[in-house]
Amino acid sequence: MRNTTALSRRDFLAGSALVVSFSLLPGKLLAQTGAGQPTGPAFGSLKKYPYLDSWIAIGGDGHVTVFTGKAELGQGIMTALMQCAAEQLAVNPEAITMVTASTARTPNEGYTAGSNSMMESGTAIFHAASQARNILIGWAATDLGVDAAQLKADNGTITAPDGQKRSYGELINGRSLHVAATNQTNLIPPDQYKVMGKSLPRLDIPAKLTGGPIYVQDMRMDNMVHARAVRPPNYDATLRDIDTSAVEKMPGVIKVIREGSYLAVAAEGEYQAILAMRALQQAARWQVSKTLPKQADVYSVLQSLPTDSKVIDNRGNGAIADESAALRAVYRRPYMMHASIGPSCAVALFKDDHLTVWTHSQGVFPLRATVAKMLSMPENQVDCIQVEGSGCYGHNGADDAGADAAIIARALPGRPVRVQWMREDEHGWEPYGSPHVAELRGTVGGDGKISGWDCDLWTMTYSTRPAGDPANLMPAWYLEEHAGPPQGSQIPLPAGGGDRDIVPTYVLPNTHIIYHYITQSLPLRVSALRSLGGYHNVFAVESFMDELAASAKADPVDFRLRHVTDPRARDVIAMAAEKFGWSDTKPLPPYHGRGFGYVRYEMIKAYCAVAVEIEVNPDSGQIRVVRAVAAVDSGNAANPNGIENQIEGCIIQATSWTLYESVNYSESEITSRDWGSYPILRFDAVPDSVKVHVINRPGAPFLGTGEAGMGPTAAAIGNALAHATGVRLRDLPLRADKVRAALLK
Amino acid sequence: MITLKINGKDHQVETDPITPLLYVLRNDLKMNGAKFGCGLGQCGACTVLLDDQPIFSCQIPISILEGRNITTLEGLGTAAEPGPVQKAFIDEQAAQCGYCIPGMIMRAQALLKQNKSPSDRQIREWMQPNLCRCGTHARIMRAIRRAAGTVS
Amino acid sequence: MLRNLLRALLGVIIVAIVLIVGFWLWARQPSIAAIAPPDASTFDKATIARGANLVAMGDCATCHNSPEGHPFAGGFPVPTPFGIIYGTNITPDPDTGIGRWSEQAFARAMHRGIRRDGAYLYPAFPYTHFTKVSDDDIKAIYAYLMTRPAVHNVVPAPRLPFPLNIRPIMAGWNLLFFRPGRFVPDPAKSEAWNRGAYIAEGLAHCGACHTPRNLLGAEKTSERYAGGEAEGWFAPALGARSSAPVQWSEAALLNYLSAGFARDHGVAAGPMAGVTRDLRKLPASDLTALATYFASLAPPAPARETMGAASTDKASYQIATAQAMGQKGPAKTGEAIFAGACASCHFEGGSQPFHRPIRLRLSSAVTAPTPRNFIQIVLGGIQPPPGDHGRWMPPFANALTDEQVSLLAQYVRGHFSGKPDWSDIGKTVAQVRKGSGS
Ligand code: FES
Ligand code: FES
Repeated sequence: MRNTTALSRRDFLAGSALVVSFSLLPGKLLAQTGAGQPTGPAFGSLKKYPYLDSWIAIGGDGHVTVFTGKAELGQGIMTALMQCAAEQLAVNPEAITMVTASTARTPNEGYTAGSNSMMESGTAIFHAASQARNILIGWAATDLGVDAAQLKADNGTITAPDGQKRSYGELINGRSLHVAATNQTNLIPPDQYKVMGKSLPRLDIPAKLTGGPIYVQDMRMDNMVHARAVRPPNYDATLRDIDTSAVEKMPGVIKVIREGSYLAVAAEGEYQAILAMRALQQAARWQVSKTLPKQADVYSVLQSLPTDSKVIDNRGNGAIADESAALRAVYRRPYMMHASIGPSCAVALFKDDHLTVWTHSQGVFPLRATVAKMLSMPENQVDCIQVEGSGCYGHNGADDAGADAAIIARALPGRPVRVQWMREDEHGWEPYGSPHVAELRGTVGGDGKISGWDCDLWTMTYSTRPAGDPANLMPAWYLEEHAGPPQGSQIPLPAGGGDRDIVPTYVLPNTHIIYHYITQSLPLRVSALRSLGGYHNVFAVESFMDELAASAKADPVDFRLRHVTDPRARDVIAMAAEKFGWSDTKPLPPYHGRGFGYVRYEMIKAYCAVAVEIEVNPDSGQIRVVRAVAAVDSGNAANPNGIENQIEGCIIQATSWTLYESVNYSESEITSRDWGSYPILRFDAVPDSVKVHVINRPGAPFLGTGEAGMGPTAAAIGNALAHATGVRLRDLPLRADKVRAALLK
Repeated sequence: MITLKINGKDHQVETDPITPLLYVLRNDLKMNGAKFGCGLGQCGACTVLLDDQPIFSCQIPISILEGRNITTLEGLGTAAEPGPVQKAFIDEQAAQCGYCIPGMIMRAQALLKQNKSPSDRQIREWMQPNLCRCGTHARIMRAIRRAAGTVS
Repeated sequence: MLRNLLRALLGVIIVAIVLIVGFWLWARQPSIAAIAPPDASTFDKATIARGANLVAMGDCATCHNSPEGHPFAGGFPVPTPFGIIYGTNITPDPDTGIGRWSEQAFARAMHRGIRRDGAYLYPAFPYTHFTKVSDDDIKAIYAYLMTRPAVHNVVPAPRLPFPLNIRPIMAGWNLLFFRPGRFVPDPAKSEAWNRGAYIAEGLAHCGACHTPRNLLGAEKTSERYAGGEAEGWFAPALGARSSAPVQWSEAALLNYLSAGFARDHGVAAGPMAGVTRDLRKLPASDLTALATYFASLAPPAPARETMGAASTDKASYQIATAQAMGQKGPAKTGEAIFAGACASCHFEGGSQPFHRPIRLRLSSAVTAPTPRNFIQIVLGGIQPPPGDHGRWMPPFANALTDEQVSLLAQYVRGHFSGKPDWSDIGKTVAQVRKGSGS
């Protein structure tokens, strides 16, 4: 089995081969020219790309290449998709090479985001591989003169009852898989699975752990220059004046790029570029036109902005008639950041009027369209190729770095340009997760069940992804013909954007939920951050479930089960509770508490429940998660260990968000610019144990999983704090100083 | 010119001596193991060993390194023949994006070389300087426990 | 002759015995009866909350938290020039903590340095300062401590040489150096000043570190705040004897005490880092009072250096050195080491928020009379505690050799401080290295 971007694994291990391969511009493949394709069957992305050869190519040697428009982001998707293909095509994993997101080679599957990859690409590949296998069997039937029903496919070979064999390589000879998929798939049934449901080791891990050239940061091309962009002090800034002459004379400096207020420098050496960038920072005089609102006022400002408000859920009698009888609680979440460990990076080459950008963007197709527009180039003269970067968790600086590389490369035709952001730029310029305010009101009836559930939610867009509008590429804000401000868009339910998961999937007789979508963003730049609104909204909903349970004097898990009929939801909740030992009545030590959180992610994706035990420092108020147990149902689990890894990651990352994180800013600048001013979780705060239980449903549809654990973890921690101390905190993050103050009240 | 002894081999480097080791490893010597994460000594993505002790290569100019033994991720093993700590990380599938992992492996290597069976608390304290954003910590700790006693 | 000698000897022995017995009788302190640990509900919330702030004011956690971080469970080794003393367990555990201490017993310990059972405490526990704390505050501290969870934790006995390991000896020490008594306000001074003085001289026990000590470990009252020592760090002189190039203003003090950073002085590091993190929990009025008090210790400065003047420094040290030094090979000088290892952050004039490191010529560590703090910071760096905000410098202990650290110290002192060279750099590097390792 091989992996990614036109490179065999051998090439990766050999290291220097990457240089050669990366410098070759990939040719176009017939199957991927998107337009003009018929609409296919409703099997994930097969609908848009129905031709089987968009997904699968078989070589004369029987080697299989699988194309996906999704990108490996460290979530292990490549391995899971490979398993889907291997299973349904009946080949061994070793026979497969994966090619991931590239505008030149793969189907356009939009963004690798929103836990959609298995549902879109996985489903498409699962069915495409199965239909391809049937076609191969049909060819073998013709060649061998045997009834297709008698033939068996295994390990890339089709065998007749009399022992005659044809390998896929032999069969493909002179034939084509340029065949549109039908809505009939003869899937290999779950009881015959050989690869699905197995925790195969991930394809990408060995090279990552031994120094293979995996990341876009690792790209080295002949004649490559290193560049750094010089960022202004604040968003709204104009470059007044700069004398670049001294910098131009610095060692290694090739060129200072200035277009309007856009400023960057390219040098032969990377450190030379950094020194030159620092010198430019000192030389530049900026005029800053707008200031930021006071951080302390963020929520009141938020609620005072114009909104587009609508009722997004209204069951039974709707709103609670007598609000005075309702329990009321307000939950808030500040700006938080992606804060990737590796700052954003891209390589670009502008040569013979063609621009190629190697990027860790989550959406190479939209990036291509946007970069083309930004540079006024025809789209077909631009290619964007996805190469892995450091984990991104949503829309971080990746696309912007791609834009940086493109702008600088155009100024240096013929030379590949590598741009990497500095740490302070990554912290200061990435789009953040949007702030939220959610007010919930609820009533519990005499039967101990919720009788009314009202909610008002205020937040703004969670998507300012490129999507064809240069205003959404930050570097474009400063170009001569500058674009901006960024344009946000809404994502409709059930996925939702800011309103993701604010509508509880619990069985509730009466609900009235209003989403106050703030039509402008506050001056801080925002976009998609892992699970979008879901993180805060699940925190709010699941905290409120506990508050209502307390008012009904009910156990939190029992109380949830009273409002759940979906058997799979019940299974997940029960499994998490049981593995955690929820019914264990042994009292916890003082200042220890336990909490529970559950979600049916995006209302239709994975089921996930998280239980935690925490301890609270009785002096400082610092919370520590002692242990966490999760249960997850992702439908057909291609690679259970991969799912566990994702949910473990959710639990630990959400612990960091929940305990520590908020973007700080003054009126003149973002002040969270490094790990000292935006602290995240370190090893001291890692739970003693994190255990994830996967409920596999072989044969069931894939359910997106990668973000499902974020909200439940936050809620479980908040609920555990209330259990440990009797103190309910509703403003994220649950920092030690806040807990301490609340404990002393 | 500066002579750097890396993974047992001498390399002559012409680069400006104030250049931090990280850039020399990555660009002059084309080694990918050490990563740029912050350039500030706050995250450990760039960790390599200097005389068996972890350092932030992003902070250390090559001008002060002559005559000392530098070990990088590449010095521990290859994908075909991973070193014991690398192997433990692979066995535990201890990576998500993996960007932080080379630094984690290097720091763990230094610990396990001087302590055959570190306690959980010792592992946490020792690993404290290194950040992971994907939340792979629990697996990293398992991998380190698994590798305990295998480093000589 | 022999008989006379014997008689004299006998006399000496008798006198000695009488003296010892007399001393013992005089020094002996009564035990205060054990009580059943009081129920948490007997303390009211407001008093507990006040106690929490007072405990922060006293920075009790630094010595009394367990090395694993359990609040007040004890066991933290406090290094003293005489040996190691372990912070005691002051949780309400009846067997290993202070669960059986009445408020009266607790007050006696705070005010007079006597344990509940009558044994003398060592002055590493700063009762010499706590004696100034009001009864009302003691009551609140007691309420807070007695409502924390009890932790059963046996703390090791102090590791002190003979005769210091005989506790009654401390009665003599007290006689020489201990002046019990509550704080007496100075009516000539403002209320804020008096509040600041009450905090600083009492619970916050600032002099315990910032005042030099005599051979017997007592603060030299004649040299109050002239600079002392704490856990291998130099505690700089405060007030008139401060070596800070820019005089500490009230505003700077307030910033420093509440945020752990003052632009013209530096970052609170070493033991002071924990102190400022505790102090920031206090009400703003208390911090202002402390700032008022300490600002008053120095005579008004004739001409203060302004920030404007400060920023006329070389625009960019980094760029100048990279180009101009012409250094091609290994760094043999402090300047060359600085250019590579330090200048990438410590250059001046950067326009971004991030590039505002302390100006080295203003840094307390660089202008101090001893290189100790400079070396501590170079070797160990400065990091906020996990999860907390703060300024950052990475440690260089594993990267720099002792010789390189020494060259660097010499260079930075000479180039930035404009003060006489440090002596004993090499020796201090070795000492700090032994103490800190990392
Ligand atoms: S890159 Fe060196 S510590 Fe972050
Ligand atoms: S695995 Fe992605 S940062 Fe650690």
